[in-house]
Amino acid sequence: MRVIRYVLRRTALLIPVLLGTLFIAFFLTRILPGNPIDRVAGPYISQEKREAMKHEARLDLPFYQQFALYLSDLLTRGDMGTSYTTAQPVTKDLIQRFPATFELVAYGMGLAVLLALPLGVISALNKDSPIDHAGRVIAVVGVSVPVFWLGLVLLYVFFLKLGWVPPPIGRLPPTMSPPPHVTGLYTLDALLAGQWETFRAALSALILPSVTLAVTAMAPLARMTRSAMVEALASEYVRAARALGLPRRVLLWDYAFRNALVPILTIFAGVFGYALGGVVLVEFVFSWPGLGQYTLNAILASDFPAIQGAILLVTTVYVVIYLLLDLAVATIDPRVEV
Amino acid sequence: MIKRLWQSEAAYRLRQNPTTMLGLGIVCFMVLLAVLAPWIAPYPPLEKHFDHVSEPPSLRFFLGTDQFGQDIFSRVIWAARLDLFIAATAVAISLLVGGFLGALAGFWGGWFDELFMRTMDILQAFPSLILAMGIAFALGPGVFTVIVATSAVNIPGYARLMRASMLSEKQRTYALAARASGNPPWRVLLRHLVPNALTPVFVNATLHFGWAILEAAGLSFLGLGVAIPNAEWGVMINMGLQDFWQGHWWSYTFPGVFIALTVLGFNLLGDGLSDVLDPRRAHR
Repeated sequence: MRVIRYVLRRTALLIPVLLGTLFIAFFLTRILPGNPIDRVAGPYISQEKREAMKHEARLDLPFYQQFALYLSDLLTRGDMGTSYTTAQPVTKDLIQRFPATFELVAYGMGLAVLLALPLGVISALNKDSPIDHAGRVIAVVGVSVPVFWLGLVLLYVFFLKLGWVPPPIGRLPPTMSPPPHVTGLYTLDALLAGQWETFRAALSALILPSVTLAVTAMAPLARMTRSAMVEALASEYVRAARALGLPRRVLLWDYAFRNALVPILTIFAGVFGYALGGVVLVEFVFSWPGLGQYTLNAILASDFPAIQGAILLVTTVYVVIYLLLDLAVATIDPRVEV
Repeated sequence: MIKRLWQSEAAYRLRQNPTTMLGLGIVCFMVLLAVLAPWIAPYPPLEKHFDHVSEPPSLRFFLGTDQFGQDIFSRVIWAARLDLFIAATAVAISLLVGGFLGALAGFWGGWFDELFMRTMDILQAFPSLILAMGIAFALGPGVFTVIVATSAVNIPGYARLMRASMLSEKQRTYALAARASGNPPWRVLLRHLVPNALTPVFVNATLHFGWAILEAAGLSFLGLGVAIPNAEWGVMINMGLQDFWQGHWWSYTFPGVFIALTVLGFNLLGDGLSDVLDPRRAHR
C-alpha cells in the first residue's frame, strides 16, 4: 500500500515537470521572428492561402492561447497537431518512429550493461592489477570518444573495408519488407512470425549502431561499478560476513554486489539520458529512421508541431525511466524511505 | 607564484599520478596548438586547392584534403582554436551563471529556492543534447549559438552543486562568526561563503570541459552549430560523412582523433584534480 502511494505521489510530481518541458519546447520554437508557414509554403503561394494556413496552424493566435489549445487537444484527443513536413498527425509519426529508436537504445544499453558490469566487477576484484588499469584505460577512452565519429570509423572498417555488416541505410535492406507489426521491434516481430531471414537482417543492421551507442554508455557504468564494488568489498559488513565464514560467492553477490547496485542504478539514469541524446547522433550517421532523425529533421524544417511532440515524448520517456530506476533503488535498498 | 603553485602539496600529489600528468600534457599541447595555429598551419583553414580535391595524406598535405580541396592538417589545428574557445567560454558561462543562481538559492532559501529548484527539475528532464538542439534551433546557427546552447544545458548541474555546497557552508562556524560580527548578508555571501563553496564547482568544471567539447562538436556535426565549411572539428566530421561512400577516411578520422585526444586530456586531468581536491575519493 505504501509503495502504491509512493508511486502515485511520484507520478503526480511528473506532471508539472512535463508541463514545464512542453512550455520550454513551445517557447524555444517561437523565439525566432518569422513564421514557419512562410518557409514551408515557399514563394509561389498567395497571401490569402498563407493566412489560411497560418490560421489552421493557429500561428495567428497569441502564444498563451496556442499553448492552451495545444494542451486541451493533447489531453482530450491525444492530438499533437499535424506535421508540416510529413502532413501526418504528429502522434502517428511518433508511433511509427518510436519502436526504431526503442529497439536501438534497448540493444545498445543492454550491450553496455552486459559489458560494463563484468568489467567493473573484475576490475574491483583485481584492484590495481594490470586488468584494473586496462579497464580504467578502456573506460576513460570510451567517454572521450565522440559517438558520431566512432560510428563513422566502425562503418568504414566493418562495412566499407570488411563488408561484414549491411550498409547504413536503415533497419532492413530495401528489398525486404518489415515483419507483421506486433511490437514494432523488427527483431522481436520477426521472431514472433518465425521469419528467420528477416530476423537475421534486422539484427545485423542493429549490430553497428548499438555497439557505437554501447561503447560510450558502458564507460561510466563500468567505472561506477568498479568504485562501488571496491567500496563495498572494503566495508565492515563484508568483513564481518567473511569472518563468519560465508562462501565467497555469497559474499560477492549477496553482500557486495547488492549494495553496489544502488549507486550503479543511480548513474544508469544519467547514462540513459546521455544515450537518448547520443542516439540522435547515431541515427544521423546510420540513417536510422527513428525519433532522433525525426527530431533533427523537424528542427531543420521548423516543423513546430513535430518538434513539440518529439521533445514531449523524449522527456516523458526520460522521466519515466528515472522514476522506474528510483523505484528499483527503493526496492533494493531498504534504507530508502518510500 | 607559478613556482610556489608547482611546489605546493596538491601539485606534488598531482605529479605523483602519471595519468594526470599525461592529461596535463595533452591539454597543454592542444592549447599550444590553438595559440600558435597561424604559425603552425601550413595553409589558411579556408584556402581551397581545387586541383587537389579529396586527396589522401601526402607530403604536401599531411592529413589529406577534403572535398573542397582544403588542407585537413591546417583545418584541424585552426579548429583546436575555435573548439577550445567555445568550450572554455561555455564552461565559464555555466560556472558563473549556475554558480551565481545556486549560491543565491542556497543562501536565501525560501520561495526563490523553491522556484529555482523546480525550474532546474524541468531543465534536467531534458536529455541534454535534445535541449541543446532546441536552443540551437531558437538562436539559429553560429558560434555564439553553440556557446549558449552548451552552457545552458550545463547550468542546472553547476547550480545544484553550488546550492548544496552553500547549504553546508552556511552552517559552519566561520559563517556564523562573520554574521555575528555585523557583516551585511551580501558581504558574508561574497567574501566568506562563495570562495569556500567554490571548490566542488571548480572540480566539476574541469571534469565537464571535455564534455562541453563533445557537446559543441555534436551540435555542429548535426548542422545546428558552426556552419560549413568553417574549421571546427564537428563540422569537419560532418563534411567527412557526406564523403563517406567515396571511402575518404582521412576527412573524418583526423578531426575525430583530435576531439578524442583533447577530451581524453581534460578527463584525465579532471580525474586527477578531483582526487586531490576531494581526498575521500582518492582512497577508493
